[in-house]
Amino acid sequence: MKSIILMTGARLLLVLMLVFSVFMLLRGHNEPGGGFIGGLIGATAFIVQAIAAGAADARRVLRVSPEALAVVGLGIALASGLWAGVFAEPPFTGQWYWVGGDSYETSAFSLNTVLVFDVGVYLVVLGSVLSLALSLEEEV
Amino acid sequence: MAGTPGRRSDLYTLSGALPVLIAAALFAWFLGMAPAVAGGEVLRWAIPWVPSLDISVSFLIDGLSLSFALLITGIGALVLLYSAAYLDGHEHFSRFTLYLTLFMLSMLGLVVADNMITLFVFWELTTITSYLLIGFSHAAPDSRRSALQALLVTAAGGLALLAGMILLGVAAGSFELSEIRAMDEPFTEHAMYLPVLILFLLGAFTKSAQFPFHFWLPNAMAAPTPVSAYLHSATMVKGGVYLLARMHPTLGATDVWTWTLILFGGFTAVFAMVMAVRQTDLKQALAYTTLMALGTLTLFLAAPVGYAITGMMTFLIVHSLYKAGMFLVVGIIDHETGTRDARLLGGLARAMPATTLAAALIGLSMAGLPPFVGFIGKEILYAGGLEMPGAMLVLGAALTANILLFATAGIVAFKPFWRPAGGELPKSPHEGPWPMLAGPLILAALGLGFGLMPVFIAEPLVAPGVEAVLGREGTVAELTLWHGVNLPLILSLVTFAGGLLVYLAHQRIRAMLAAAEARALDFDAGWDRFLDGLKAVAGWQTRILQSGYLTSYLMWIFATMSVTLLVTIGLRGGIDRVPVFPMLDVTHWIVIALVIAGSAVAVFSISRIAAIAGLGVVGIAVALIFVLYGAPDVAITQLLVEMLIVVLFAVAALHLPLLPREGFRKLHALVAVVVGGLTTALLMMASDGPIDRRLTDYFEIASWPEAFGRNIVNVILVDFRALDTFGEIAVVVIAALGAYALLKGAPDKEES
Repeated sequence: MKSIILMTGARLLLVLMLVFSVFMLLRGHNEPGGGFIGGLIGATAFIVQAIAAGAADARRVLRVSPEALAVVGLGIALASGLWAGVFAEPPFTGQWYWVGGDSYETSAFSLNTVLVFDVGVYLVVLGSVLSLALSLEEEV
Repeated sequence: MAGTPGRRSDLYTLSGALPVLIAAALFAWFLGMAPAVAGGEVLRWAIPWVPSLDISVSFLIDGLSLSFALLITGIGALVLLYSAAYLDGHEHFSRFTLYLTLFMLSMLGLVVADNMITLFVFWELTTITSYLLIGFSHAAPDSRRSALQALLVTAAGGLALLAGMILLGVAAGSFELSEIRAMDEPFTEHAMYLPVLILFLLGAFTKSAQFPFHFWLPNAMAAPTPVSAYLHSATMVKGGVYLLARMHPTLGATDVWTWTLILFGGFTAVFAMVMAVRQTDLKQALAYTTLMALGTLTLFLAAPVGYAITGMMTFLIVHSLYKAGMFLVVGIIDHETGTRDARLLGGLARAMPATTLAAALIGLSMAGLPPFVGFIGKEILYAGGLEMPGAMLVLGAALTANILLFATAGIVAFKPFWRPAGGELPKSPHEGPWPMLAGPLILAALGLGFGLMPVFIAEPLVAPGVEAVLGREGTVAELTLWHGVNLPLILSLVTFAGGLLVYLAHQRIRAMLAAAEARALDFDAGWDRFLDGLKAVAGWQTRILQSGYLTSYLMWIFATMSVTLLVTIGLRGGIDRVPVFPMLDVTHWIVIALVIAGSAVAVFSISRIAAIAGLGVVGIAVALIFVLYGAPDVAITQLLVEMLIVVLFAVAALHLPLLPREGFRKLHALVAVVVGGLTTALLMMASDGPIDRRLTDYFEIASWPEAFGRNIVNVILVDFRALDTFGEIAVVVIAALGAYALLKGAPDKEES
């Protein structure tokens, strides 16, 4: 049961939802959002694609296997946590680097391990949910 | 066995030589401590391990530890040397020496540990390594069974011991044995004394194979002979004896202690010796004499007085020397003649002069004849027994055991060498290689040497050992060969006469015992029945609880939850306050209506899709509640999860048939109503009281200045509680991979 309308719409939706999921991920620290929510939205984007055009098509668009995404995400989260250990601080202590200044107020933007950790969460949720959804879709 | 000609012996390889050198070096190191310990010093090291729980890796060396450590490392070196020849060319030789070395080190840790948790870790390590050693010939089913039996019995005792140690540690306020010993108030008057004692005795009795846990020890003979020699002389089975001796100052000197140990020890000793005379296999006979020795040691540990403890310490050393030597001799006989059958063996003296010499000396010490150290050990036991409560009982047990031990010494050490052979031997006997002879000869010489000059064991080992066992200076009996004509000497003479008679008549006695055994209770078979029963119960409850139907899993989970909640509420005196319904807006009522409508659809629909959609409505209503109370993050997550669940279920359910019309399932309805009602009541009760806002306040204040984030939920997730989040996403990945494996990894139905 393939619908042309749904397939065309899904292609647009996929792009929009992916951009939105990254937006949710990035704003998470100050506004509602974050890695969990972003990952769920991203997964939904691909699931819509899978419903419209089939799981195989969704996998083709995703390019990498969802399981690999999840594991890589876990690795990124772990690495961001262990980074604090380099400076002899307890693991998972947030490390902040100010670009163009020396504090939050004076700097243009910041690089921090907290966001890296959230990216890890995003990938774990995206990969895990997709792994489950696509496998189920293919199974039945 | 000898391997190919020209091949280098395993002794000269790394795995052959290194363990011997390690053991010898350790022996020398411990020997170096002897002067200090003889002078009354107690050496102690401690490294913090889990400081928050008062657990440290601490070691303590006093007379008791040192005696054990010297026996373990000394006999260990000889046994390792012996093994290199005994198992020369065995395909798993390196594995064997590795196991044996690990076992030796675990045993060493056990006897020098001061912290109870440290002691327990080593205790369990000896259990595991002995399992590997007993099951070394893993191709033989018998060997595997014996190994598993030893593991299960001793590990079960180990669990009891752990419970006892934790109880003692908490009750006494310290996990350091030396600190507990030094406390002013005796622990024996503590309310927890009896439970602690029972748990410790369970641990010690299983490890040291006291009746009724004795059956695993003779079966452990499935191990290669060097292992038996080691496990049964200085180590493993002495672990329980060591524990009793170590705990003597803390738990001893009460009536319960004394009588329990006298009864169990005495019975084990006599029972074991009767069984020993019955055996035709030399190794089995020796195994039962080990049981007798353990019983005797336990029996004398019952005593609160120095004389009996001196006897215990002396007999401990004496027994280790002759038992290790005797096992090694039996190993040589087995190795060079191909049999261990006492009925068959004979006339070996001509072919194996060195072995014969060692066997004779060791046998004389084992029989307790002067001037060997065995004689001193026996005399002092008798002298100590006279001082004990229930002296008649103790002496009766000791006398019977020693008479039979004398006879067994004759069967094992005299008959195979000097009496004519009972039949054709599988191999024509010849002398063993030197690494195998070294151990027995050295141990035999020590038995004679210490007998002539008992001061060498009395000063550095026995006297400090007695002090350590009693926890104070005690009357240490003097070790000499000649005490004058007294009761112990008369008892010794009775022993010799009785032993000789039993030896001469042993073939007839054996036949009688064999007939009696056929009618007696068989503990070994009982063990099998016990295991079968355990497996049957496990299978039965698994079939009931884990039927494989999702519905029944949910039933069990929710029913259990309801019952535990109801019982808890009942025990706490019921629901004490009636929760007040807060005033509700129109919006709240809409949400409530949505929840009810969704639930009703889920319950009554016969279409799976409709039911799932109904559940989705409930979920979305819950998300609305989060929105109403200002938790947008949670609301968004809830909404997304609900949507995904509906989609995923729909994908799966699309292909399933309609729900069968089973009518109204009363039990399911009851459980559902109870769970729902209880959860509601508990939630309302919980939210009724004042809410502790300290954490909320802290995060509200700290979120921005410390973590540069205004969204508290996200800041908690990725910064304050990042480790928790990491654990959660790890679980998510594991669950996803597990589901993936289930969905993709299962073989296709066509293939199977």
